Amino acid sequence: MKGIFDSLWRVGRKLTAPKYTEAYPEVKPQLPARYRARIVLTRDPDGQERCVACNLCSVACPVDCIDVVKAETESGRWYPETFRINFARCIFCGYCEEACPTQAIQLTPDFETADYTREGLIHDKEDLLIAGQGKQAGYSYWAVAGKAAEADETGARKPPVNLKDLTP
Amino acid sequence: MTRIRIEVDGKTLEVAPGQDLLSACTHEGVQIPHFCWHDALGSVGACRLCAVRLHDGPEDTEGRIEMACMTPVTEGQRVSIADPEAAEMRAHVIEWLMRNHPHDCAVCEEGGACHLQDMTVASGHHKRRYDGPKRTYRNQDLGPLLTHEMNRCIACYRCTRFYRGYAGGRDLDVMGAHDRVYFGRYQDGPLDSPFAGNLAEVCPTGVFNDKGWSRDYARKWDMAATPSICTQCSVGCNIFAAERGGRLRRLQNRYNGAVNGDFLCDRGRFGGLHLPEDSRLRAPHIAGREVTEHDALEAARSALSAGAVAIASPRATLETVFALRHLVGEARLFAAVPQLEAGSVARMAGLLAQHGAQPLHALEHCDAALVLGEDLTGTAPRAALALRQTARNAAHALAGEKGVPCWLDNAARVAGEGRRSPIALVTALPDALDDIATWPLRRTPDEIAGFGHAIAAALRGEDAAPEAQAVAAALAQAKAPALIAGFGAARPEILDAIDAIACALAGRARLFLFPPEVNSMGLALSGVTGLEGAVETLESGTARTVIIAEADLVERADPALVERLLRAAETVIVLDSHNTRLSARATILLPVADWVEAAGTVVNHEGRAQRRFAAYAGAPQPAWRVIAALAQPTPGWQNLDDVLAAMAQALPQLAPAREAAPDAAMRLPLGAVARAGWRQAGRTAHDQTGGVIRHAPQTDGDSALTFSMEGGRGGDVPPALRTDYAVAGLHSASAAPFVTVANGGTLKAGDPGINVLAGFAGPNAAPAFALTGEGLIPLALHDPFVGDEAGRRAEFLEQRCVEAQIVLHPDDARHLHLNENMALTLDGQAVDIGLRIDPAIPPGHVGLPTGRVAPRNLGRHVQIGRQE
Repeated sequence: MKGIFDSLWRVGRKLTAPKYTEAYPEVKPQLPARYRARIVLTRDPDGQERCVACNLCSVACPVDCIDVVKAETESGRWYPETFRINFARCIFCGYCEEACPTQAIQLTPDFETADYTREGLIHDKEDLLIAGQGKQAGYSYWAVAGKAAEADETGARKPPVNLKDLTP
Repeated sequence: MTRIRIEVDGKTLEVAPGQDLLSACTHEGVQIPHFCWHDALGSVGACRLCAVRLHDGPEDTEGRIEMACMTPVTEGQRVSIADPEAAEMRAHVIEWLMRNHPHDCAVCEEGGACHLQDMTVASGHHKRRYDGPKRTYRNQDLGPLLTHEMNRCIACYRCTRFYRGYAGGRDLDVMGAHDRVYFGRYQDGPLDSPFAGNLAEVCPTGVFNDKGWSRDYARKWDMAATPSICTQCSVGCNIFAAERGGRLRRLQNRYNGAVNGDFLCDRGRFGGLHLPEDSRLRAPHIAGREVTEHDALEAARSALSAGAVAIASPRATLETVFALRHLVGEARLFAAVPQLEAGSVARMAGLLAQHGAQPLHALEHCDAALVLGEDLTGTAPRAALALRQTARNAAHALAGEKGVPCWLDNAARVAGEGRRSPIALVTALPDALDDIATWPLRRTPDEIAGFGHAIAAALRGEDAAPEAQAVAAALAQAKAPALIAGFGAARPEILDAIDAIACALAGRARLFLFPPEVNSMGLALSGVTGLEGAVETLESGTARTVIIAEADLVERADPALVERLLRAAETVIVLDSHNTRLSARATILLPVADWVEAAGTVVNHEGRAQRRFAAYAGAPQPAWRVIAALAQPTPGWQNLDDVLAAMAQALPQLAPAREAAPDAAMRLPLGAVARAGWRQAGRTAHDQTGGVIRHAPQTDGDSALTFSMEGGRGGDVPPALRTDYAVAGLHSASAAPFVTVANGGTLKAGDPGINVLAGFAGPNAAPAFALTGEGLIPLALHDPFVGDEAGRRAEFLEQRCVEAQIVLHPDDARHLHLNENMALTLDGQAVDIGLRIDPAIPPGHVGLPTGRVAPRNLGRHVQIGRQE
């Protein structure tokens, strides 16, 4: 009985609460930068794709809605040949962003991802890839990875070992 | 064997004596972090990761830190893996090993199935304190099969220990000094050894990896693995066939203690992958025109009703062979090889049944060996790798006399003083195994059997040539002498010589006879005779149609005989998975599943029936189903087990083959066995239906495996159905020793496969053989990288094959007025391969690459000429 009156009181008191109207879509909401909505793929500071097709987002995804297929450039840099997210399945949990070792995949506050067809909710790499670095400016995975892919001038690695060197 | 008790972290284990502590714990399922230790390569103590606290007995309260891999087990030892000081030491070691390791797991193929990742997690190292610059190396191009990324190396020496110490390779070594050691070749170039592919599995991190897999890459957790049997030779190595998206991505070793143990050859590892799609036969054809399946089957049925003979391939499964037998009757089923080969394989089966068949594993424990006429590296490469271990037994015995156990690898090598078990290698050509042979003897194919009989005579105490006397003395002294032969030299009389030697050795001999193909033995046990019978039946007019399953006859029989067959037949029905030279001649062409796409049973060289399963769904029908659809009335076979049951009734010899794997109705508590791992990803990425699955999940009626991640897995799975090793915390091939009883031992639940040779009565003598015609004596040239007609097209392996050439002795070339720039003819027919002049070929002989221009079993002289 106490519970019923408590609920009635809580609902009833809204009769006198000040009223406001969300004027969406005329007025877009101001969402925090870390709001989790539309997923994008970002680029390195030098403009190359950050994604290395490691598949960690794919395996972290609890609804299995990400499919990545690896390809490799002649210099040994990995990149995704296919990067596909099914937004009909995505629950915007952000695990993919957390799993990403290259800061490539990021969730943005743009939540207007609705579409009229289910096919339209399947976003491929060209739909996902943006021009900028997103939230993580300045980070470049290849500079710290240590794979002998492209020459890095960051000083994180020594020049190749001279095998004839016998100094102790 | 008596077992001793040790105590590990308060738990008492009963283990076999004579091994190291790490092995003992591993086989009992107790994990100690390790890197450099490998069950087949022994202990060297290079990485210092397997530190444990060891107390000698109850009175030893303080104990000391020891490397588990370098410590022999003794009664009453108390071991603490969890000891804080040992754990701290392991954490320091892994941090130090990881210091220069790049931060590139995301772009490393090994990631997700990496022993280094597993051990780093096991040791609790998750934060890198070192932030200085890392050591780097220049990588090498190691050819089409392997990648090389030296920055990832942690200097465990497993690669050189395998490549040089185990596989006898010479061109990979460790160079440099201090902390700059480098594992690679002296210069860029493909690794010579036909076992180099194993480096991808032996390397505990991502230095060496499978290049083809890297190009068509999927993470290990995303692929579904199916237990399969390699089809490239008669050894029948067990493999995992890993697929994603209906495409075969990688073949990996599947441990079978009796057969392949930890290693495969490159032909097996790469031969089934990356076959060009245009070589694949996808649609039925009649007279070269694509037709519907219904029309093709109708046409085939009406052609068969006119009277037919069937030709079964030595690479077809037992089920396909039996389906053909059911279709045309026992009397009208013939082999795709001439009687010379079919009779020889039957003789092999008879000899093995008589003298006892030995698994390949037993070869590694023999103390002397005689190879009679077989280019083992070319015909059964995995057996050549086993023979290399046989050679080391004398060194192990010497080390044992000095009190050095053979698992202590480096010490045993020093103490063994490089001593080798006596091995006699009697071949026509210089052999890849010459470096381990005590007697590398060259005899022409026609002299080999005579030499074998001379050894037998010497063993009986009769007079013989000095070399035969020496070999006989070595065999007589040995406790377990191995006699190795096959059909590589195409001389059946060699088998009679083997019989004579085995009889002279009075039961001590261990026979290893290698027929040419994966199911040659199964064909012989099905009682199938040679191709000549089919030709005679067709030419006599009692049959008008020939149905040929999964065999390019031109590869396997004299082209003249094949031509007679094709001329005599009104209708030629060919079932194959790929376009071949024969399929171009077919009247009716029916596509069937590839070897990796269908379940089936094959019998290997020792008579072990082993089952493989379909690696992915949606493939064409297996050949036996297509043949069953042609039979009138249609047999009521629903699945593979029904065929096997019918076969067991008709051919009681092969009845045990039903037990090669559990039948399709077997279920674990969680259902059928899952092929896919529990974390296969990306399953809903392409799903446009928003949640409603509109098609039924694909099922596999021919096995107790499912094409999904739902089902049983792990230790409960029968060994023949295992889809992974399923050891908690270990994801790489280095998990294999946890499922075995000892280093190189059997799987805990028993090695898969069952011997079907028992009671087989073969012919009393090999088929009579005399070369007919005039000209040069053909000598089949085998290549460790060349498999069957389909395997030869494998994109990456093709680059490793030696160039196919006809080889002549300089004297013969001079006599025939031929030089290396000329286009040649073989028996008057132009051939598209060139000539090499090589003094290693015996005069009067001509080397012909197997299957390329002539079959391996050409029982006549050939004429080589110049194209006009």
